[in-house]
Amino acid sequence: MAFDLIVIGTSLGGLSALRVLLGGLPPDFWVPLAIVQHRHKDSDDMMSLFLQEYVALPLKEVEDKDEIQPGQIYIAPADYHLLVDRDCFSLSTDPPVSYARPSIDVLFESAADAYAERVIGVVLTGANQDGAKGLAKVKARGGVAIVQDPRTSESTVMPEAAIACVNRLAEVQLAPQRMGSRDRSDSVGVDWILPLPEIAPRLVSLCQPAHL
Amino acid sequence: MMTTDQEALEEIEIQLLVEGVYRHYGYDFRNYALSSLRRRIWNVVRLEQVDTISALQERVLHNPACLERFVLGLTVNVTNMFRDPSFYLAFRKNVIPILRTYPFIRIWHAGCSTGQEVYSMAILLQEEGLYQRCRIYATDMNERVLQEAKSGIFSLKLMQEYTQLYLKAGGKRSFSEYYTAAYDNAIFRSSLRENVVFSQHNLATDGSFNEFNVILCRNVLIYFNRSLQRRVHQLFYDSLCKFGILGLGRQETLKLTAYEKHYAELERGEKLYRRLN
Repeated sequence: MAFDLIVIGTSLGGLSALRVLLGGLPPDFWVPLAIVQHRHKDSDDMMSLFLQEYVALPLKEVEDKDEIQPGQIYIAPADYHLLVDRDCFSLSTDPPVSYARPSIDVLFESAADAYAERVIGVVLTGANQDGAKGLAKVKARGGVAIVQDPRTSESTVMPEAAIACVNRLAEVQLAPQRMGSRDRSDSVGVDWILPLPEIAPRLVSLCQPAHL
Repeated sequence: MMTTDQEALEEIEIQLLVEGVYRHYGYDFRNYALSSLRRRIWNVVRLEQVDTISALQERVLHNPACLERFVLGLTVNVTNMFRDPSFYLAFRKNVIPILRTYPFIRIWHAGCSTGQEVYSMAILLQEEGLYQRCRIYATDMNERVLQEAKSGIFSLKLMQEYTQLYLKAGGKRSFSEYYTAAYDNAIFRSSLRENVVFSQHNLATDGSFNEFNVILCRNVLIYFNRSLQRRVHQLFYDSLCKFGILGLGRQETLKLTAYEKHYAELERGEKLYRRLN
């Protein structure tokens, strides 16, 4: 399985979690990453500058229609939704979704629409339920769902909601599977629930050429 | 993949819908960015309480009232007065001195939606003593939002936030001088729209209609795909006078457009550009 894009969503506690996750990626990691971190709508690019200190890959706040390029980390700008089109990003100022702009659901759902099974979705620490529906859609379209282990999360609401939402979807999907109409090898539910330090290594191994 | 057929079908439905709307009514959404277009179409599907995009298509094509709701749902950009206050600060600092040298100033506010940014600019120009020299053309494709913009009535609840933004944008007076509170509404002073012409114009299909000293189009082009953006940048370039000013949204850029070399950035980071010869 090859991947075109990794999408990551987080809110409360996200900055230090992102520091660990992104800091754990090697400089030759080539799958692009797109990140929604909830933050105040007036915030500037301090967050990217701060994270860049700890991260080998280049970080960038998205400008409209930026091309999605390998080896690049893209951050949703404050007060805009970040959406994925084929090969480029789009921004929107549509009303908040799940009380948030940027919204994790919006990023994840558009990524699933654009790249289907070639997406990995990662939900990290956070104090609300944004991202749960989006991760379920990533999973429903055949992508990979990873959630930070709530026991290692600064705030457990977001990862717990994501796990519950993806697993509910799995129950719905299991019904036809039991009747034999679905390939049994298709995984259902969240693929990995991992302590924070194990997420970067998992992404690295998932995206290794051996997995192609 | 279980869902691949459904995804492909959804895309066919979207294409048929926008093609039908274009051919029957002339509204052209064919080159809108698919990601945000898809979200907005599904919002309308839910509001209309139908189940599929095809069902929406049936209703939109046969029911002009539904078309009006559809166009609203696909185009209304809710914005704030003085959104991104640093843009207005930069405008005061870098653009106002240029405008002072003109005897008469034509400004085009393209995609003005419900008018928040038009009133913001009118306030700024009044405070700088230039308003009497200005004519502001505020256009949107949508007649309904233009009516709202013309009324100059916004929710009173928003005024606290707008006041903060106004001050950060370099506002020189008390913001409440500009409106009268009536029940839940803030009614803005009619003098602010004395020199504003509101009229319908569709960036996707209409051409240039004047030559301007300033064109403002913020957070409108983000809903377009690259090819439609190219069209509009051509339109703006052709509609700006020599050394005219183009103002875009905070995360919009001329980079990678054919016109990058034809403009100079006025202040780093603020999306204010000046057309070169």
